[in-house]
Amino acid sequence: MTNNAINTNQKVLEINNLTVSFDGFKALNDLTFNMDVGELRVVIGPNGAGKTTFQDVITGKVKPTTGEVFFNQKSLTGLSEYQIARLGIGRKFQTPRVYLNLTVKENLELSCNHNKNVLATLLKKPHSSEKMTVKNLLQTIGLSHKATIQAAYLSHGEKQWLEIGMLVAQSPDLLLVDEPVAGLTDEETFLTGELLLSLAESHSILVVEHDMEFVRQIAKKVTVLHQGSVLCEGTMDEVQSDPRVIEVYLGKSDE
Amino acid sequence: MTQLQKTYKQNQKLLIEVGIVLVIALFLIVIMPIILPSFRLNLLGRFLSLSIVALGIDLIWGYTGMLSLGHGVFFALGGYAIAMYLKLQIPAGSSSQLPEFMSLYGVTELPWFWQPFYSFPFTLIAIFIIPAIVGGILGYLIFRNRIRGVYFSILTQAMTIVFFNFFNGQQKLINGTNGLTDFKTILGLSFTEERTKVIFYILTVILLVIAYALCRWLTSGRFGRLLVAIRDDEPRVRFSGYNPTGFKVLVFAISAGLAGMAGAMFTLQTGIISPKAMDIAFSIEMVIWVAVGGRATLIGAIIGTLIVNFGKSLLSEQFPEIWLFFQGALFLIVVMVLPNGIVGWFQQDGLDKILNLFGINRRYATTYPSLEEDPEVEYERQLLEKEKRDREI
Repeated sequence: MTNNAINTNQKVLEINNLTVSFDGFKALNDLTFNMDVGELRVVIGPNGAGKTTFQDVITGKVKPTTGEVFFNQKSLTGLSEYQIARLGIGRKFQTPRVYLNLTVKENLELSCNHNKNVLATLLKKPHSSEKMTVKNLLQTIGLSHKATIQAAYLSHGEKQWLEIGMLVAQSPDLLLVDEPVAGLTDEETFLTGELLLSLAESHSILVVEHDMEFVRQIAKKVTVLHQGSVLCEGTMDEVQSDPRVIEVYLGKSDE
Repeated sequence: MTQLQKTYKQNQKLLIEVGIVLVIALFLIVIMPIILPSFRLNLLGRFLSLSIVALGIDLIWGYTGMLSLGHGVFFALGGYAIAMYLKLQIPAGSSSQLPEFMSLYGVTELPWFWQPFYSFPFTLIAIFIIPAIVGGILGYLIFRNRIRGVYFSILTQAMTIVFFNFFNGQQKLINGTNGLTDFKTILGLSFTEERTKVIFYILTVILLVIAYALCRWLTSGRFGRLLVAIRDDEPRVRFSGYNPTGFKVLVFAISAGLAGMAGAMFTLQTGIISPKAMDIAFSIEMVIWVAVGGRATLIGAIIGTLIVNFGKSLLSEQFPEIWLFFQGALFLIVVMVLPNGIVGWFQQDGLDKILNLFGINRRYATTYPSLEEDPEVEYERQLLEKEKRDREI
């Protein structure tokens, strides 16, 4: 284990008995979930398992019906999205959501801004350290030569990477990454995996994915969600051979 | 390019722009009063003051995506502010120290809210600040509840109805539906004198330049880009760590203040302000000017205002019945053919088409830069060239 070992004493994310009910339909059902600081966790589950709602609750988009989310021992109840983002949780969306009418560089600069208040954004000039960060990020995501192009003209894969770049620019402690390799070629998928693994050395990352090969490339611990609660947790091998998981994904096997 | 070279180039561009603005302003201030007859100069002055509102609307709509259909309220508030000051300019020897309409309705004492308008400095500040505060408060209440899009526009329309009905009904307080008119003097200048009208005109040009500079400053840099981000994907902006409410309230308040300034200058040059300025149709016209000129371009707002209003004035003189049809046709044309307005079209296609007429082709078929710089594609290209040459031999 490297020096940035997973610190099992500190939980970056602690969720107890979380229920989210939409007019009677329980998207999350008494969900309990823990994640250590510095961990790279992958969450998988069939469609409708509640993976996106799970992320919506953590980032403040959806209010829990019951239960609480603790981020670095701090409760997120009642905080709005921008407050949670400033606390150190960053989110990458399922379909790439970048600001299409801004250039690649401007997208990153916006995310990188240290002081996000109205007057500070208006009156203060970007710090030189921010410019350095943006430059390094452009290199990391491989878009240095496209820095001044409008984000609308990027390919799908490039938009995905730009969004990951924007995510990292916010310097979050916890990254929520929703299906980062959806629609990417095999090579792009592999590169994305490498990128996430290198980011995992200094951040805690929660990845939601469907692509099992990709999950195998990056995951140490996997959590399976089903119908709003945790079905099982473990290494990729353990989870893939668990009969409950097989049943949920493939249907009941004839014994 | 090094950072120093980039900064130098940016400063150069800025200086050129400042230069152009100053040249145009000087032309308007010095040349126009000489070549235009008094009536047309007055028209130009009025339309330039309307351009100030249009700038405010481009700021909140073109850049930040907030379609306000009720800016007439702020326009009128500014107009009423200056009008109240003017109505209190009663010659010392008059029989009553109240504005005439009040004597007419049997009012014996000046209402409390008229008192501060004896002071010129207060009036000057009030012209900008009162609409800005009203806009700021309304904006805050609306935006913090995350009301956006169509619902926001409907609320601005409701706002005009509320204010219109209030102003319309208050005969004794503010002369209701007749409005305030019949201005005599301002700071010693008489309204009937030619010189006064030219001074109002010049003041309007100066204020327009200031308004343009303000909007230009707001829409550039990080703040301007954030406004565009809010326009394109407001929920996403929250996840980036920004609270959009403060930004939207600030630009909405500023645009309301600009509308107030415009209302005051317009009132000075038309000699009257009435609740009709809070008409929904007038507020919608403001939006049409910006749409015709081109959203998110700032100069488009000014050009659109001038074109539509001069067109209206011209057509009303020649063919008074046709103006409404023309306005409808204008609306259709903009929506179907020029969705980015005149300046928008010019920036995208127009400049190139005009240059093509002169045989200048600025752009060749562009390709993705990554293809141009991709070494594999470059290799393929060279291979193909080589094959072609080999075949020719």
